[in-house]
Amino acid sequence: MQILQTDIIVVGGGGAGLRAAIAAAEAAPQLNICLLSKVYPMRSHTVAAEGGAAAVTLNSDSAAAHFQDTVSGADWLADQPVVEFFVKHAYQELVQLEHWGCPWSRLQDGSVAVRRFGGMKTERTWFAADKTGFHILHTLFQTSLKYPAIKRLDEYFVLDLLRVGEQVVGVLALALNSGELIQIQAKSVILATGGAGRVFHYNTNGGIVTGDGMALAYRHSVALRDMEFVQYHPTGLPGSGILITEACRGEGAVLLNNQGYRYLQDYGLGPETPLGQPENKQMELGPRDKLSQAFWHEQQAGRCGDYNGHAVVYLDLRHLSRTHLQQRLPFICELATAYVDIDPAQAAIPIRPAVHYTMGGIATDINCQTTLPGLYAVGECASVGLHGANRLGSNSLSELLVFGRVAGEQAAHYASQCPAADSKALSVQSEMSQRWLNRRFGTNATDSVAKLRRDMTLTMEQGCGIYRTGEGLAHCQQQLQALQQRYQQLKVTDHSKVFNSELLQYLELGFGLDVAQAICTAAMARTESRGAHQRLDSGMTQRNDAQFLCHSLAHYQANALPQLSWQAVQISSLPPAQRSYGTTDGAADSGAGNTKGAKA
Amino acid sequence: MSEYQLLLQRYDPEHDNEPRQQRFTVQGEHTTSVLDALLYVQQQLDPTLGLRWSCRMAICGSCGIMVNGIPKLGCKTFLRDYHAEILIEPLAHFAVEKDLIVDMTQFLAHLSAVKPYLINDYSGTQPHKQTPAQLAKYQQFSNCINCGLCYSACPQFGLNPEFLGPAAITLAQRYNLDSRDNGKAARMPQLNAKNGAWGCTFVGFCSDVCPKQLDPAAAVNQAKVESAKDFIISMFKP
Ligand SMILES: Cc1cc2nc3c(=O)[nH]c(=O)nc-3n(C[C@H](O)[C@H](O)[C@H](O)COP(=O)(O)OP(=O)(O)OC[C@H]3O[C@@H](n4cnc5c(N)ncnc54)[C@H](O)[C@@H]3O)c2cc1C
Ligand code: SF4
Ligand code: FES
Repeated sequence: MQILQTDIIVVGGGGAGLRAAIAAAEAAPQLNICLLSKVYPMRSHTVAAEGGAAAVTLNSDSAAAHFQDTVSGADWLADQPVVEFFVKHAYQELVQLEHWGCPWSRLQDGSVAVRRFGGMKTERTWFAADKTGFHILHTLFQTSLKYPAIKRLDEYFVLDLLRVGEQVVGVLALALNSGELIQIQAKSVILATGGAGRVFHYNTNGGIVTGDGMALAYRHSVALRDMEFVQYHPTGLPGSGILITEACRGEGAVLLNNQGYRYLQDYGLGPETPLGQPENKQMELGPRDKLSQAFWHEQQAGRCGDYNGHAVVYLDLRHLSRTHLQQRLPFICELATAYVDIDPAQAAIPIRPAVHYTMGGIATDINCQTTLPGLYAVGECASVGLHGANRLGSNSLSELLVFGRVAGEQAAHYASQCPAADSKALSVQSEMSQRWLNRRFGTNATDSVAKLRRDMTLTMEQGCGIYRTGEGLAHCQQQLQALQQRYQQLKVTDHSKVFNSELLQYLELGFGLDVAQAICTAAMARTESRGAHQRLDSGMTQRNDAQFLCHSLAHYQANALPQLSWQAVQISSLPPAQRSYGTTDGAADSGAGNTKGAKA
Repeated sequence: MSEYQLLLQRYDPEHDNEPRQQRFTVQGEHTTSVLDALLYVQQQLDPTLGLRWSCRMAICGSCGIMVNGIPKLGCKTFLRDYHAEILIEPLAHFAVEKDLIVDMTQFLAHLSAVKPYLINDYSGTQPHKQTPAQLAKYQQFSNCINCGLCYSACPQFGLNPEFLGPAAITLAQRYNLDSRDNGKAARMPQLNAKNGAWGCTFVGFCSDVCPKQLDPAAAVNQAKVESAKDFIISMFKP
């Protein structure tokens, strides 16, 4: 087996991984950095982000306000010191990206434009037309080419971490174009592998978003935190789930049910705002969890339309001029035309909620460090404590940048001073993995990777969807156990080495099943409703701070259900209050005079 | 639902000496993309089919293939626009690694060669000013998804893989035209060289196939004009 040596490994070439790699290269130019990704970096799913990235920008805005929006958006499950750090550093990171060439949209005077976004009190979302993630990712990728210390291994799939005792000292990776396993040794490893949306059936995520990194860390005893919180985006296209950005609503799009009625006013988000005059945090600009939940109720009440057998509501942009649409939302016009054959200037777009974002992930501290020395995690695969029970749109692109930098610097610092590990034990671990891999091949009587995966995603959709019940979750957990058993029997029937997609999907499925079990187990244990986690069982439909103002931690158990423990939420300045939107604004949003920390 | 025949070019380097064709029958409705159809084949009929894809929304640039001889994104090409039989092959002018997967190494090397990042000595802590008009000068060229379709459309790249090609030249122009950039001088040697902009014989098919309407041919042409200016200036330098 080939052995490579480097100082820092970054797994993942999305926004988080690239930002981390650049930060490490700048912090310690003498170190070697190896950036691995199962796809070319610019294919990473950051590319699909449309709407924008948040940072306090206008003079009328303040860090305290961004802090409050994020904490209340998170239904008080965010760690407040982390939020404080984040809102303080987001602006400088977006400026850094500007200095690297990101084509941010501008005002006439040449300054950077900001737009409204759901759950944000004021305009603070930077955007590059409606392809913000695309431009961020390409800017980072192209900038990374300036640093000779960053060596890329494109189309390498990481299937395990290498460990000596408690210390993480590298990864095992499969070169997809040859099928060879290689051992890569390093002093620190950063996981930046993105979310796990694809463990669900309907979602806005690309096919590669399969939760690999979460499972990698989890299997090595790092806890997955807050996994029960899975965000449904209210506006995906029916069937494919392709995202129609929230920025549409920021620009004034409205949501209609099958009677042409703006139903959100019936769900505590009113009163109705006049057409073309969107108001922050009201109606269509309420937070995602509330909007997705309102859809569910409309569907129960039979007030949805039908699109090819999918229940839908309608996103209406017709009152905006074609020129405005072309200028601000060109990608949306392109997507609607291609994928549902609709010209948004002439007809409303059919949409429905789809799984979008995993708030939870690999538990880290504010320095992106996990409980294993040498192992860091950042981006959607991580839970640094920023998003709590519900992420606000446009906070996560900024998160990639703010914490990507932290992760890169921390990993570089660690790598500069940690002693070299004894690598003798590694060849034993690697040989075992090679033998394990060789045993995956064979024939199946009836089952297949594709079938099993479909059963998993439908099971998750059923049991861990927008609303959950104790009964549904228990059933889901049983099903997942049965799927795990089927997975143990499952073989990879394609014996080839070069680009073996079946093998890849088999490995991703194994990761996904572990992540799915963590989600389901945490959702069962949280017998309250908070943010994106909503229970219908009696006595559980409200937030219950007395018992559940804490993070869930799922711990991996080989061949058994995950074990759950709880961790206190760090509350530094904004005590829990009612989360409120529409104009029924309460203490949470306006009355919080005690936000001393946010500007510190 | 209508029925379609996909005629797929297959190539397994571990078993085949040369590419072969294989026929699959798929069902399609109004919104079924060619990628959907290929994934149906992979998931239901033959798990050994090799192809690249991820976003399925025409933004990640993974899924370039030839559809009836024309370079296309599989996810943005719809069965509804074809008759019963559709020929699907890997992108032309690239070496095939397996089935529909081609080797993109050279393409990436070309992109990297043009120094595709801002070059300047700005050290402020605030954003540069850049007016919408200044942004508009390069914005279109910044939309390249690196799908490589234009290379499959380019006869010059087919003859000479060393030719920088449409996307890389477009990328160089994207930075050359950016009001925040001073790096043109550093990029011109690449563009002036024999495999730079002058390698293009202006066929223009690259612009026809670009799924993002970048007009890479226009960028190549602009680069030639720049290169000519550069040449004249260098003649008069002491
Ligand atoms: C459609 C859509 C729109 C969005 N819009 C917005 C928005 O407007 N604003 C906002 O703030 N957020 C938005 N988000 C959320 C945000 O884009 C994502 O959370 C973020 O981009 C994730 O970035 P990342 O770097 O963590 O992961 P990704 O970009 O997903 O990258 C993951 C990387 O890890 C690699 N990888 C994974 N597993 C392995 C493995 N086993 N081996 C090797 N490599 C591996 C992949 O190849 C990839 O390079 C959106 C999300 C979606 C889906
Ligand atoms: S210029 Fe167009 S065709 Fe060529 S790689 Fe870029 S997006 Fe694809
Ligand atoms: S799958 Fe991403 S461009 Fe087609």
